[in-house]
Amino acid sequence: MAKQIVKMTLNGQQVEQLVDSRTLLVHFLREQMNLTGAHIGCETSQCGACTVDIDGESVKACTHLAVQCDGSDVKTVEGLAENGVLHPVQEAFYEEHGLQCGYCTPGMLMRSYRFLQENPNPTEDEIRTGISGNLCRCTGYQNIIKAVQSAATKLQDKETASA
Amino acid sequence: MIPPSFEYHRPSTVEEAVGLLSSLGSEAKILAGGHSLLPMMKLRFAMPEHLVDINRISELSGVSVVGDNITIGAMTTENAVIADPILNEKVPLLPEAAKLIADPQVRNRGTIGGDIAHGDPANDHPALALACDAVMTVVGPAGARQIPASEFFLGTYWTALNDDDILTAITVKAFPDGAGYSYRKLKRKTGDWATAACAVVVALSGGKVSHIRITLTNLGPTAIRAHDAEAVLSGQAVTDELIKHAAEKAMAICDPAEDLRGDVEYKTAMAGQMVQRAIAEALSRAN
Ligand SMILES: Cc1cc2nc3c(=O)[nH]c(=O)nc-3n(C[C@H](O)[C@H](O)[C@H](O)COP(=O)(O)OP(=O)(O)OC[C@H]3O[C@@H](n4cnc5c(N)ncnc54)[C@H](O)[C@@H]3O)c2cc1C
Ligand code: FES
Ligand code: FES
Repeated sequence: MAKQIVKMTLNGQQVEQLVDSRTLLVHFLREQMNLTGAHIGCETSQCGACTVDIDGESVKACTHLAVQCDGSDVKTVEGLAENGVLHPVQEAFYEEHGLQCGYCTPGMLMRSYRFLQENPNPTEDEIRTGISGNLCRCTGYQNIIKAVQSAATKLQDKETASA
Repeated sequence: MIPPSFEYHRPSTVEEAVGLLSSLGSEAKILAGGHSLLPMMKLRFAMPEHLVDINRISELSGVSVVGDNITIGAMTTENAVIADPILNEKVPLLPEAAKLIADPQVRNRGTIGGDIAHGDPANDHPALALACDAVMTVVGPAGARQIPASEFFLGTYWTALNDDDILTAITVKAFPDGAGYSYRKLKRKTGDWATAACAVVVALSGGKVSHIRITLTNLGPTAIRAHDAEAVLSGQAVTDELIKHAAEKAMAICDPAEDLRGDVEYKTAMAGQMVQRAIAEALSRAN
């Protein structure tokens, strides 16, 4: 039948699951793995609420099949904090009020997390372009931009401290 | 929205993929970046019984150069096109225009080959391919063949590809030294398809136009090359008057579909603006 075994690294853990080939990654994560961080906003690749990291790239999990992730390294917002300590990107969104209702936040966090690795020291314009695949209906983006700027500084400080 | 059921196949070579396509027949479809196909499947506009995922065929990605010919693997993603040093040096129109396609996440998955093979007149690569005189390499059960972009786009969602063909690569010539180029795309917001868009490639010799391509996106059932508009400028020292005249010739062949982006009159008027701006920008970059 149309079911397949899929093995992937999910937030650092090896998982092996039987998956229907038509299952979208976002449904696999939310319904089969009980990871409800990645949100379903539009289901049409517009809003970015479902953004996760696959093999070091931001991807909209509503437009990707779970079976395509066989052998991949997948990270969701649940994998950002380590040992109960928030990731600098999460800390910055919290401190700079980068969220209101929080619906877009997992996608914003995952995109910002990856974007700051692609461009560790971005200008405001570059941040706006970098998160242009993520919609927020609450904040007006201003505080999200501040949060990404603050996260960039935090990550750089961390880098220099450990150098 | 979940796509209808299908059997999933993941070949690792082009031969294997062509073999699958020819044995599975018209019920099979290639899955590239999936950012046009999966949305269509969710809406049941496409209901293939088999998906042949070509993402793990490594020979289909990347850019290579032989002499003046630059070959772009069909599975090269938009973000890879944007970052590619060869394309930025030799065919800078393509990376510049790819930045106007969709958004960062979609550009990580969407491929140049999928954008062309889909046959959607709203997609940007078909007009860019026409502007660059691209040649498509297609592999089917009988082997490989070459199809020029001018013979590739046959109608809306209709190309020269057969059901068991794979578009493997797109080959373009390096721009002549000093060529100018531009892609002007009017869109309502980031990540939207064009309301109207125009690509221009121009080269000058002694101050006169020695080479020109003017092509249009989302202004007819396929991408269109505006031959009459090109003829207005060919061999001329270009003036503002001539640019206006060329834009009128381009508007005369526009046949856009009315949708939420606008009615026919508005889209045609915007086409005229995009053509004028693209010609002006391309000329300002040419020397
Ligand atoms: C939110 C959003 C915004 C977008 N905005 C734009 C935009 O502004 N401009 C634009 O141009 N596009 C836009 N797109 C479309 C996007 O660029 C798609 O990725 C592209 O149209 C299809 O490429 P793909 O690799 O995803 O192909 P798929 O979706 O996997 O395939 C598309 C079709 O082509 C066939 N196919 C794919 N590859 C091959 C091949 N190598 N050989 C033969 N057949 C093949 C498939 O069978 C399918 O029928 C947007 C998409 C989204 C979701
Ligand atoms: S739910 Fe995936 S982009 Fe909106
Ligand atoms: S915080 Fe509500 S959508 Fe962004």
